Amino acid sequence: MDTQPLWLTFKLASITTLILFVLALPLAYLLAFGRFRGRVLVEAVIGMPLVLPPSVLGFYLLLAFSPSYSFGAWIEATFGLRLVFSFPGLVVASIIYSLPFMVYPLQAGLQALPASLREASYTLGKSRWTTFYKVLLPNCKSAILSALVLTFAHTVGEFGVVLMIGGNIPGVTKVASVAIYNEVEALNYTAANQYALVLFVITFIVLLIVYSVNNRLLRVRYPA
Amino acid sequence: MSDTPLDIQVLHAMHTALGPMQLDLSLTLQSGSITALTGPSGAGKTTILRILAGLIKPQQGYIHWKNETWLDTKKGVWKSPQNRNTGLVFQDYALFPHLTIKQNIAFGLNPADDSTRVDDLLEEMELSQLAHQKPQQLSGGQQQRVALARALARRPPLLLLDEPLSALDRGMRQRMQDFLLEIHQKYQQTIVLVTHDPAEIFRMADQVVELEQGKIKTQGTPEAVFTSQYLPADGNALLAEVLSCHVEADGVTVKALIDQRIHTIRLSVGQAAELRPGSLFLLRYSLDSPQIMVVR
Repeated sequence: MDTQPLWLTFKLASITTLILFVLALPLAYLLAFGRFRGRVLVEAVIGMPLVLPPSVLGFYLLLAFSPSYSFGAWIEATFGLRLVFSFPGLVVASIIYSLPFMVYPLQAGLQALPASLREASYTLGKSRWTTFYKVLLPNCKSAILSALVLTFAHTVGEFGVVLMIGGNIPGVTKVASVAIYNEVEALNYTAANQYALVLFVITFIVLLIVYSVNNRLLRVRYPA
Repeated sequence: MSDTPLDIQVLHAMHTALGPMQLDLSLTLQSGSITALTGPSGAGKTTILRILAGLIKPQQGYIHWKNETWLDTKKGVWKSPQNRNTGLVFQDYALFPHLTIKQNIAFGLNPADDSTRVDDLLEEMELSQLAHQKPQQLSGGQQQRVALARALARRPPLLLLDEPLSALDRGMRQRMQDFLLEIHQKYQQTIVLVTHDPAEIFRMADQVVELEQGKIKTQGTPEAVFTSQYLPADGNALLAEVLSCHVEADGVTVKALIDQRIHTIRLSVGQAAELRPGSLFLLRYSLDSPQIMVVR
């Protein structure tokens, strides 16, 4: 079995999850506590990848990233980066595609905390920023864990978007889900099964770890 | 400490469980005094504390504290809770679940404070044994003391207490009241206390403000406010709290706490009909027979 697609998948998922975590924290905070105009619009835009067919998203990203159109041309001219049929392109697309899977659990976790925790911190003279990272974040560990895992798993399972903007370049954009599809098309079921089984087992183990850690976190917080 | 009072005047429309309500009041508190806010739930007591702490910005009004202006909607002045230095003890205590008791209290320190202050507070609140426990392992009374210690860490000259003792049993409540009075003796903070308990008001407060529907209904010393509603014309009565009632063939024997001492009072069945342990009544003797007026 060629393990390269598997490594590529996990590389893509790790990088995407890391970048998204940093991007999603302020967004989740804003959506959880902010009152601003256009809030509904922001929520709708973030939620789009949940319901949009991946091929639609992939198609528009393909147009946007393509150097024959203005945005893609600008990116290429400014950063020297080509986003179609490239790994950086996959990362950008995955970030957009998995955004709600990171933002929503974080937002829900922040909103579930009693408002008095935040307010107590403010009356103790602590700024919003200090309150955020010293009080709020440590108290939604289980939401953070869910967000990280969901994002990672969702990126591992990505197929339509990758195919549309990444294609099928070995070592560059050929991730495991695409590899499975290729092997099946070539009637090479044994190879397809190997990829599929690895993804299946790893996904299951990851979820198992998440639920047991979450259970432990909950037990510490609310002892029986 | 200067006598410059805390001066509040606010107008704030709010939505309560009972529908829309207009909070509309002005209040002056003497520096170093203890003021009790009382009244039915939804009257706006907690809202006033939150406005003082800076957690709610009222639509109109001002708050002057000593030489500072915390709020003046006409001049567009508003100080954030971080810059007011009030100590607020929340009804649910709002202890940080991820921190130990010691860390919770240390969280309240000013950056300039040295950490021995935490040990002093732990000792003062009789919490030293629990320093390394998490809040959820503590009883209500212990959590209460932690919340108070944390609020005191910054040495706030204005202490706001939202029904701090309501969850405690009688013995604990009295110990905490003594404790608060001791702290007040020592630091002379101005204290605003939300409470439903007349006995607590009598023990602790210099001034009572009774609210109803967002407005001040009555205001004055505890004696003046409570006894004007209940006291007979000659003005002589004792405030008693029922400890137990024993119904007998020819009447009821009531053990009651009057001025920290237990007294036994014989009442008729009719007189004692409304009394339960914890009830509060005014007692006076006329022609050697007891007359009572139930307060609560």
